[in-house]
Amino acid sequence: MSSKRKVSRLYLKEEREAYLFLLPWMLGFIFFTSGPMIASLILSLFEWNGLTSPIWTGVNNYINIFHDPLFWQSLKVTSLYSFGSIPIRILFGLLIAILMNQAIKGIGIFRTIYYLPSVVSGVAVAVLWRWLLNPDFGLINILLSKIGLQGPAWLYDEKWVIPAFILMSLWSFGSIMIVFLASLQGVPTELYEAAKVDGANPWNIFWKITIPLISPALLFNLINSIIGSFQVFTAGYIMTNGGPANASLFYVLYLYRNAFVYFQLGYSSALAYILFLIILGLTILMLKSSSAWVYYQGGIGR
Amino acid sequence: MLPFFWMLSTALKEPIEVYSLPIRWIPKNPQWGNFYKAMTIMPFGRYFLNSIIITSLCILGTLISCSLAAFSFAKLRFRGKDLLFLLVLSTMMLPAHVTMIPKYVLFKYLKWLDTFKPLIVPSFFGVGAFNIFLLRQFFLGIPEELADAARIDGCSSFKIYWNLTLPLAKPTLIAVTIFDFMGTWNDFMSPLIYINSEKRWTVSLALAAFRGGEGAEGIFNLMMAATIIVILPCIIVFFFFQRYFIQGVVVTGLKG
Repeated sequence: MSSKRKVSRLYLKEEREAYLFLLPWMLGFIFFTSGPMIASLILSLFEWNGLTSPIWTGVNNYINIFHDPLFWQSLKVTSLYSFGSIPIRILFGLLIAILMNQAIKGIGIFRTIYYLPSVVSGVAVAVLWRWLLNPDFGLINILLSKIGLQGPAWLYDEKWVIPAFILMSLWSFGSIMIVFLASLQGVPTELYEAAKVDGANPWNIFWKITIPLISPALLFNLINSIIGSFQVFTAGYIMTNGGPANASLFYVLYLYRNAFVYFQLGYSSALAYILFLIILGLTILMLKSSSAWVYYQGGIGR
Repeated sequence: MLPFFWMLSTALKEPIEVYSLPIRWIPKNPQWGNFYKAMTIMPFGRYFLNSIIITSLCILGTLISCSLAAFSFAKLRFRGKDLLFLLVLSTMMLPAHVTMIPKYVLFKYLKWLDTFKPLIVPSFFGVGAFNIFLLRQFFLGIPEELADAARIDGCSSFKIYWNLTLPLAKPTLIAVTIFDFMGTWNDFMSPLIYINSEKRWTVSLALAAFRGGEGAEGIFNLMMAATIIVILPCIIVFFFFQRYFIQGVVVTGLKG
């Protein structure tokens, strides 16, 4: 009888301590995460410039967004960028990871080198690439001219500005590569050996063995890339500030402008919420489709 | 890798050489003084100090609040544990921009604008869910027997946390530190929003302003020099701690 009470007293003490330990996080969650999330939704129903009183407008912000050509432009820019950069980066990261998986020696050095660009600050990357993409003196066009091609005006040309950003995004394939590499190294070699014994050609091996077994890593990289590519800001702000003629007006850049340049806090909150829904939707889509093509070794037991 | 060399090469060139064709990889007359010039054209010393202060305080806050939370989730039993952890996970998927505007409003109301506080304070409240996740995974791997023995002796949870778990978790704590360092040092959008006065600029704001507005073409060599210096701390940290770095990326990739 007394031992039972003692145990529950200890349990209560542990529970109290647990909540105490969690207190900082809980406060943070309330004030810096969930609170703002709800506030954002509420704000989107008002018109507010941050100084005078907010004016109730209901869903007008959303209606106006629907009719805002710049909204659609920014969606187009961001989507084009995403659909351009994601497949290229993932493919590239996968290829390099496969290559590195062969060479066991010196893998550490290459891993370091290829991951290094991801470590560099966004601002630094933007500044560097602004110079690299300089139409007359930048390295890119100079290299192109060496193989006889006339490089475009990149950041100053409406048609080439998004490809310029896609090119730049290629540079930071490091984290994608590392995830793939780790996943590749988890593929049991017996499978490869068995396949070779059965006389399978490399193409089949790749598609029937390698890809399915690294599909969790592929899913992870896909979701991360989508989420990341829809939130491009620093590069856009520093390199082109949305130009030329809004050809590189990334969504978050447009959001930032509405909030902190035009001081349309309600309108930009609505923009933010739409972004959230888009990203959420895409992520759920990816996850739902994943059951069809993602294969977990050792069964699904997360 | 080429871009890096080009950056270094440009940084060392004389102004005229920057614009000469055909290109040279090795400058004729390396201007090592460019580095000094780049750092003194604008008071980078102060900007570095600002960045250092913000980054180190952030790391401190993150380490404390996230390890406390992670310890709780990993080692303690309490009602609502699973639900709360689910909440933690869900915040990992939240795009930062959705909370950006209300947070700005909050800080404006608190009169914290144009100070370092909006950049530092949230980290003391466990805002880095990824770190909580990482630490919790590690804590889960620590055997219970040691903690049980301590508890029988009447140790409080805090003592266990402080004297037992934390020292064992050094590698993961280092990984968290590194990730947080990179994230805070390179952060651009938050300082852009919250800081106005030039004297409070972080290194990232300063570098962005270095270009001197649209098309300040004449000082690319100095700009490259400044860029190199700004990314130097990150590269150094990376080289020394890459093991932890890559391990952290892998853990999320495989278990996530």
